[in-house]
Amino acid sequence: MSQLAFLAPLTPEDAAKALGAQGARALSGGTDLLVQLRAGRARPSVIVDLKRIAGAIGVREEGGGFVIGACTPGILLSEHAALSRAWPGVVEGASLIGSTQIQARATLAGNLCNASPAADSVPAMIAGRATCVIVGPGGRREAAVESIVLGPGRTSLAPGEFILEFRLPPRPKRAADAYLRLIPRTEMDIAVAGAAVNLTLDDAGTVTEAHVVIGAVAPTALWLREAGAALVGSRLEAPAVEAMQAVVRAACRPIDDKRGTVEYRTRIAGVLAQRAATIAYQRARGVI
Amino acid sequence: MSETLKRPGARQTLNVVGTRPIRPDGADKVTGRAAFGADLSMSGQLVGRILRSPHPHARILSIDTSKAAALPGVKAVITGADFPDLGAEVLAGGEAVTNLADMAANVMARDKVLYDGHAVAAVAAISAEIAEEALRRIEVAYETLPHVIEVLEAMRPDAPVLHATLFTQGLEARPEQPSNISNRTRFMRGDFEAAYAAADVRMEGRYTTRAVHQGYIEPHACVAAWGSDGQCEVWGSSQGQFMVRTYCARVLGVPISNVHVTPAEIGGGFGGKTTVYLEPVALALSRASGHPVKMVMSRDEVFRATGPTSGGVIDVKLGASNDGKIVAARVEMMFQAGAFPGSPVAAAAMTCLACYEVDNFEIVGWDVVTNTPKVAAYRAPGAPLGAFGVESAVDELALTLGLDPLTLREINAVKDGSKAPYGPTYQNIAYVDTLAAIRDSEHYKAPLGPNQGRGVAAGFWFNHGGESSGAVHVADDGGIVVVSSNPDIGGSRAAMAMMAAETLGVPLERVRPVVGDTDSIGFAMVTGGSRTTFATGLAVVRAAEQVIEQLRQRAAMLWEVDADKVAWRAGEAVCTDPEKADLKPLSLATLAERASRTGGPISAQVSLNAQGASPGFGVHLCDLEVDPETGVARVIRYTAAQDVGRAIHPSYVEGQLQGGAVQGIGWALNEEYIFDAGGRMENAGFLDYRMPVASDLPMIDTILVETTPNPLHPFGVKGVGEVPIVPPLAAVANALRRAIGVRVPDLPLSPPRILAALEAKQA
Repeated sequence: MSQLAFLAPLTPEDAAKALGAQGARALSGGTDLLVQLRAGRARPSVIVDLKRIAGAIGVREEGGGFVIGACTPGILLSEHAALSRAWPGVVEGASLIGSTQIQARATLAGNLCNASPAADSVPAMIAGRATCVIVGPGGRREAAVESIVLGPGRTSLAPGEFILEFRLPPRPKRAADAYLRLIPRTEMDIAVAGAAVNLTLDDAGTVTEAHVVIGAVAPTALWLREAGAALVGSRLEAPAVEAMQAVVRAACRPIDDKRGTVEYRTRIAGVLAQRAATIAYQRARGVI
Repeated sequence: MSETLKRPGARQTLNVVGTRPIRPDGADKVTGRAAFGADLSMSGQLVGRILRSPHPHARILSIDTSKAAALPGVKAVITGADFPDLGAEVLAGGEAVTNLADMAANVMARDKVLYDGHAVAAVAAISAEIAEEALRRIEVAYETLPHVIEVLEAMRPDAPVLHATLFTQGLEARPEQPSNISNRTRFMRGDFEAAYAAADVRMEGRYTTRAVHQGYIEPHACVAAWGSDGQCEVWGSSQGQFMVRTYCARVLGVPISNVHVTPAEIGGGFGGKTTVYLEPVALALSRASGHPVKMVMSRDEVFRATGPTSGGVIDVKLGASNDGKIVAARVEMMFQAGAFPGSPVAAAAMTCLACYEVDNFEIVGWDVVTNTPKVAAYRAPGAPLGAFGVESAVDELALTLGLDPLTLREINAVKDGSKAPYGPTYQNIAYVDTLAAIRDSEHYKAPLGPNQGRGVAAGFWFNHGGESSGAVHVADDGGIVVVSSNPDIGGSRAAMAMMAAETLGVPLERVRPVVGDTDSIGFAMVTGGSRTTFATGLAVVRAAEQVIEQLRQRAAMLWEVDADKVAWRAGEAVCTDPEKADLKPLSLATLAERASRTGGPISAQVSLNAQGASPGFGVHLCDLEVDPETGVARVIRYTAAQDVGRAIHPSYVEGQLQGGAVQGIGWALNEEYIFDAGGRMENAGFLDYRMPVASDLPMIDTILVETTPNPLHPFGVKGVGEVPIVPPLAAVANALRRAIGVRVPDLPLSPPRILAALEAKQA
């Protein structure tokens, strides 16, 4: 019979050591891992709980940006007024995961490292140009969020590595983001498609920087530089938005599955990107 | 919003019936004290687990259990060989008729597995981890066979045949070859072909639905112990302790009276707990191990191995005159039965035109086996599918004729004296009043916004009576215990207590209602068929009347008068002899206190076969809003009106209307069994099965139509639990049709399907 050990290290170094063991799995909020354990899809020999590491839970402002502990549950993000003001898209992406109960547990790091193509918090973090601080047996490194997920269930983290915290850059004036996803229901569901848009405007309301990221329509979230470029210089006039949507739809390479069809997901990704762009634009202008 | 329509001038002479007291089981349920199927543990119990087929259709060549049995901590391993061979006997267990051999083969596969999830072996071990490891060590050699899921494919002559012994019944001649078509049902009146050909307007459409699950929150669970003397104990959650007793005894080949079943609290059933899955297996494991065995299904198992209802194909033809009279109707339905015969297509055939007076019709139903879980009863079994087809077609007819959809239904509505398509003549029905209730509602008159549509649909269900028992015991202090023979799945304890209190003239607080086990109360059919408040309620009322009779006799004895000089009024014995006018009334408490001196305990039990159940009609009104860019449809307003006879506890009747509507909305919009190319269910969990969540829905408004109480019940009760799931499929689909201007005839009305329909319309 297999045995299951549970470790809750207090320092990043101990955690990296524990995670280096054969069959070790990191535990953050546990909202994916526990389900996988129950379903028999994950059968680890060691579970390493990262929540007791100093700084793993909590949000702090640093150098004009934000540092978010990797194990911070969604509810603490949405309750953080300054973070919600600066990064409404990042916060709404995290807040869409699961239900009220799930929000008390689910974390950004867990959502990212579960490596689902449909992870709701990931597109807005990439669009926000977030990075993550990774700790491992070889020390610390910092990497862009989009470099973590390689494909469904696969990450670029080496054995023993884990994410300690996320960093969101300082916010210029007239900048805002938004994330939208489509589910057939109103909650408790997995995105059929998702889109995050992060915009910076000049005083005249012209877009000076734009990042568009789509989720659930490819093996990983896709950061579409050309889609962002299509919006730069515009005030979201129809030709710019349509050009952005064309890039989005051309980039989609989803699968047909129980949650949606290729055709539907591709179509919807463009609709969501347009709507997310509109919301981000209005937020950046202070209209909403 | 909830309202009640009563007959003008009807007098309210009841004190308890029709009020809304706190339910007697409420505190237990909100505090977590209520004991459900998985909550009992027996001393020394083992954990039972089932090995399930990964194939939708395969022959079992061999099962090697030796490695599992050798694992330390494993106390028993059983397979189909541990169950007796049974003949094809038909058991009547309540609403549904069950073939004993099929049920036994569904509980544990014998020579073939017939669906992904079919049980092939079971283990009992000292822990769940060891039991699961033991399952991994059981080696089953399968010869996989071609499978068939879809009903029309299963009907093809070249389809893989599930049962070599299955020959279609109900045809003019017995077919020469076995097939997957188990049965053909047919109802006819008049001359459909001639009337259809002569009609001013003709409509034709094909409507389809997918298999959907009842979705009860509580998974199947039980604890069972086989005594060394052959006396068996079962504790578990079901819709009928007597059903569990009979089915366990018959599947295991033991006398029925040797099995004692205690009903646990039940966390939802909706028809799906009117059969057994785990209980005979737990008993067989207990027999083999010598220990009590507890079994609890995972949600995955509930979806893969317990009863969904059928997916179906419904072909409808309607012919009508230009003024809206339906002169001809033809409905042909093909239903998935799952692995064994027994889809609810016959009930669908009997109900699909039951709201309409049509002189010429033909209704044909085909029962077809498929490599999917054997269907189980689901709330008005079959009727929602038939109504989806017919009510959608009637909506199309209304659009074609330019008639208001309620007007079209009023023109063709059945009323007292109309002959139902399945034979009887309606009496004391209030369908016309129910249509009027919707027409007069504020909802029907409210304006709609852009991208919104409003749908109407009607529905019918028979409602059942049948065998039930009830007992009323009087305690020394005048308190009353009411014993019901039926598990309480919809507030029936409250209804039993209220009817007993009303009959006896005592305050409700003095009545404690309980559900009896199989040794403490007489037999009853399952809680199903919307029968319990009617039939078991009738037994309780009759038992209360017998108690009153005894109380009058006791009073007569104390007063030394003839019993016919004692009346029972407002909970007291009153002497009506004018010569003894000075005698003060004797209260129930006084009579109870003196019972030992007047003949002993006061108590009565009544077992009966209740006749006179009255059918029910519902009319639903649904407002839907569609996002034209994404195809997402949301129900934004919903009203359900129903002919309920009289509501004993109106809140629970309203709850039935709301719950049925919500289940029907989920069925219409998102729910479905999805199978991969290999015949395995892809969405065996609540995440991807997509039942509605609370935030998906508006509050469901209700209108209780009480204009026509059932004269064959002391308080006018008609069954109410099943009617409300019949109209919503079409009410939602009709709302969508009116919102987007094009018919989507295939359920579920999922966003991709709606968007595709919108795009096809524009193209």
